[in-house]
Amino acid sequence: MAKPPADIRFTKEHEWVRLDGDIATVGITDHAQEQLGDVVFVELPEVGRDVASDEACAVVESVKAASDVYAPLTGKVVETNQSIIDDPSLVNSDAEGEGWFFRIEIDDTDSFEALMDHAAYDEYLETLD
Amino acid sequence: MIENALPDDPSPKPLKTVPLDSWHRAFGARMVEFAGYSMPVQYQGVLAEHLHCRSHAALFDVSHMGQATLSGPTAPAALERLVPGDMLALKPGRQRYTLLTNEAGGILDDLMVTRLADDRLFLVANASRKDIDFTHIAANMPPGVQLQPHDDRALLALQGPAAAAVIGGIMPEAAQLPFMGAAQVALAGIPCLVSRSGYTGEDGFEISVPAEAAQELAQRLIDEPEVVPAGLGARDSLRLEAGLCLYGNDIDELTTPVEAALTWVISKRRRADWDFPGAAAVRDQIENGAPRHRVGLRPDGRAPARALTEIVAGDGTEAGTVTSGGYSPTLSAPIAMGYVRKDLAAVGTALHLMVRGKPLSGRVVPLPFVPHRYAR
Repeated sequence: MAKPPADIRFTKEHEWVRLDGDIATVGITDHAQEQLGDVVFVELPEVGRDVASDEACAVVESVKAASDVYAPLTGKVVETNQSIIDDPSLVNSDAEGEGWFFRIEIDDTDSFEALMDHAAYDEYLETLD
Repeated sequence: MIENALPDDPSPKPLKTVPLDSWHRAFGARMVEFAGYSMPVQYQGVLAEHLHCRSHAALFDVSHMGQATLSGPTAPAALERLVPGDMLALKPGRQRYTLLTNEAGGILDDLMVTRLADDRLFLVANASRKDIDFTHIAANMPPGVQLQPHDDRALLALQGPAAAAVIGGIMPEAAQLPFMGAAQVALAGIPCLVSRSGYTGEDGFEISVPAEAAQELAQRLIDEPEVVPAGLGARDSLRLEAGLCLYGNDIDELTTPVEAALTWVISKRRRADWDFPGAAAVRDQIENGAPRHRVGLRPDGRAPARALTEIVAGDGTEAGTVTSGGYSPTLSAPIAMGYVRKDLAAVGTALHLMVRGKPLSGRVVPLPFVPHRYAR
């Protein structure tokens, strides 16, 4: 497996976070989309909303079930991805790229560093099987 | 974020397996617990399987369902003591949908009954209810009528517009069956019971087959280019589009046939005699109206309204509850069924569906959502 970029972190709830300055882009992991199956609906937070770490702030629904997506970090929502509202299947086809959910401006990059890196997340996935 | 997603075998207690268990796993099925069984919920994906069933044909393993034969000279009359359908008029080779009702008119289960011969009926019951059903039926049979469960048989459903052509290449007699007709057909020496019925709204067949021959039959069907294997996920979205009830969601011991819009299962003769369990309560609802009705619901937006979603009337009063809801792959839109107050049950009635605390607008629509395409 190619070494992934170092600026991505993961949560136990299967969100990924990519940090660019103080802007964190958040989505669900490829493992998560695989488990969910065909995504048919996404609900995203309002731009401007203050979110706390571990707060449910988006919803992703497959044909079968609805799941919450949690804010991995505390901050303010500054942008959401209209593309996945228009075409929820993007979450399946490119979960960790074009299928991103929202961007938050964070004030504490230390909490980003505290999340799992790619190797730690892969190890975590092993424990789930 | 995936606690609510489709889990892989979450149950700590050992699950029962169907005869095709290893076959499903070899096809890459995701297995989940359903009614105490490990069952395939999907293979390639619910959406693709659903759409393939509507356009070609899909093969479902429903071997978790209960199969039994009721035999004895008075078997049809004896079963009539427990159901509101006309079992005496059911001709050999014909199948009928009926209900087991309780003394309050509640629904103990829905089941398919096939008349095999004058003195023999073949029953198919829901997996989650079969133990209750078979105990109930056996306890209420007169001397000379026996219930024999068939734990040694698998049940496969081939559904879709290509199903008849596919089955015709393997069992020509089966392809000649009318809708809700049934016949005992040998497939390469394997005794099968085939009926022209299903749970998707499409033309199709259900094939009861000895467990040891299930894999051979499944493989022969899946080898046909029109057929893909489909799991319980697609089965559920297909039956919802077809407006068909799922026991435990849309009907249960607290719903009556009248409320469930299943009054049609009560045959004319049985309505003259009113002698099935719960007949008095059911008759009262037919004559004086039921307090609530099962209806189709279309949320206006794109957010699905799942089972247990609260329904609120335009004036803010309680209207009812969604009992099945999700996304319709055929319509590319959310659909639901639920019970609403009788004054709100007319097609076109505007309602609110409380999804994650927010009222989403929607309305009552006719069932089914997708027209049935049964063979006629």
